[in-house]
Amino acid sequence: MSKMHVKFTLNGQEVEGLAEPRTLLIHFLRENLRVTGPHIGCDTSHCGACTVDMDGRSVKSCTVFVAQANGADVTTVEGLVNADGSLGVIQEMFREHHGLQCGYCTPGMITRAHRLLQENPTPTEEEVRFGIAGNLCRCTGYQNIVKAIMAAADQLNAQKEAAE
Amino acid sequence: MIPAGFEYHRPADLASAISLLTTHGDEARVIAGGHSLIPMMKLRMADVGHLVDLQSIETMRGVRIDGDTVTIGALTTQHELITHAELARRLPILRECALLIADPQVRYCGTLGGNVANGDPGNDMPGLMQCLDATYTVEGPDGARQIKARDFYESAYFTARGDEEILTAVSISLPAPGTGYAYEKQKRKIGDYATAACAVIVGGGTASVAMTNLADTPIWAEDAGTALASGDLDGAVAAALAAIDPQEDMRGPIAFKRHVAGVVIRRAMQRATDRAKG
Repeated sequence: MSKMHVKFTLNGQEVEGLAEPRTLLIHFLRENLRVTGPHIGCDTSHCGACTVDMDGRSVKSCTVFVAQANGADVTTVEGLVNADGSLGVIQEMFREHHGLQCGYCTPGMITRAHRLLQENPTPTEEEVRFGIAGNLCRCTGYQNIVKAIMAAADQLNAQKEAAE
Repeated sequence: MIPAGFEYHRPADLASAISLLTTHGDEARVIAGGHSLIPMMKLRMADVGHLVDLQSIETMRGVRIDGDTVTIGALTTQHELITHAELARRLPILRECALLIADPQVRYCGTLGGNVANGDPGNDMPGLMQCLDATYTVEGPDGARQIKARDFYESAYFTARGDEEILTAVSISLPAPGTGYAYEKQKRKIGDYATAACAVIVGGGTASVAMTNLADTPIWAEDAGTALASGDLDGAVAAALAAIDPQEDMRGPIAFKRHVAGVVIRRAMQRATDRAKG
């Protein structure tokens, strides 16, 4: 099968390359672009470790062909840092509240939390749990992940208020 | 897991998509959200020579409410159904059902059209569409035609849609305000298909009952609706149970599925009845 030219926006920068259409987005990100934040966990659309943000939606990049992403706007955990390269608010809160142990699910969790908080800036704990139901963590029991996301919501809202 | 190679097409309009299906015949498959098809391709259980991506066909997107009818473009995602305020008000059972499908990431991609067209007995929307007596529009080289959801499903993955046709929209007559409704689903975990699920609407002297994943097609149980409309809950549950034909699989043996179905059907009927006003 012939390769196709793909071009999309990744973390605010235009990227491009040649790939077979059957290449999964996760493989293109990790192997062609060497963007290794998104992880391959289950490879069967269940675990959410490969979650990236695509055109304002959280998607599992193991279940998207790079051909489908052609022209899209993609954000990975690498794109959620502050402009100066320091940890973004959600990332910082995961560190602060010990929202990770082995860290394998963390990039997917943080990328998902980012979209969740964009859509619902003041979630209840129940809404956070429902919102991250597509991301599995085998270490933490989720308690501190939920705490970290709730804390990130508070901090982001405080920042927004201060800016107004 | 990496699927076998294929040619990728992204037609800009419906006519081009249909023309690709006509040209490539059996080798072509359309893809919308892809969360049923891509896993099957990765397992190499689906063999696709030409993948026709529908994402650029804007005419197949969106929700239009016109009087008492809602028409939903096939590419409308479960997430868009859940977050559509007017739809949530006028047809709350659709939101209740969509929230029980898979997980957030899958609902951002998964579409109503894909869910109803695929013919997977585990999909939730076909049963709901039969409960609501929805109409599907399919379009092919010979033009458009309408098929009732209740006539669409032949057996698992076999439907009344022709190979060169694309399901483009779903139309539903909105139930009268105050109609009771419930979509009840038992699943082993988030992301799983139903062990048993049941859609019920009741009100204005009528009722409709349909079930998911309890046969190789969705099951609309007319007798159960008649019994429920007359207030005979036990009779309605019995009639619904008489209409199903569950098979043993990893979700359990037949006796267990019948037991779960009985519980789920009763809960759905009870909740719908409790919610009915007037």
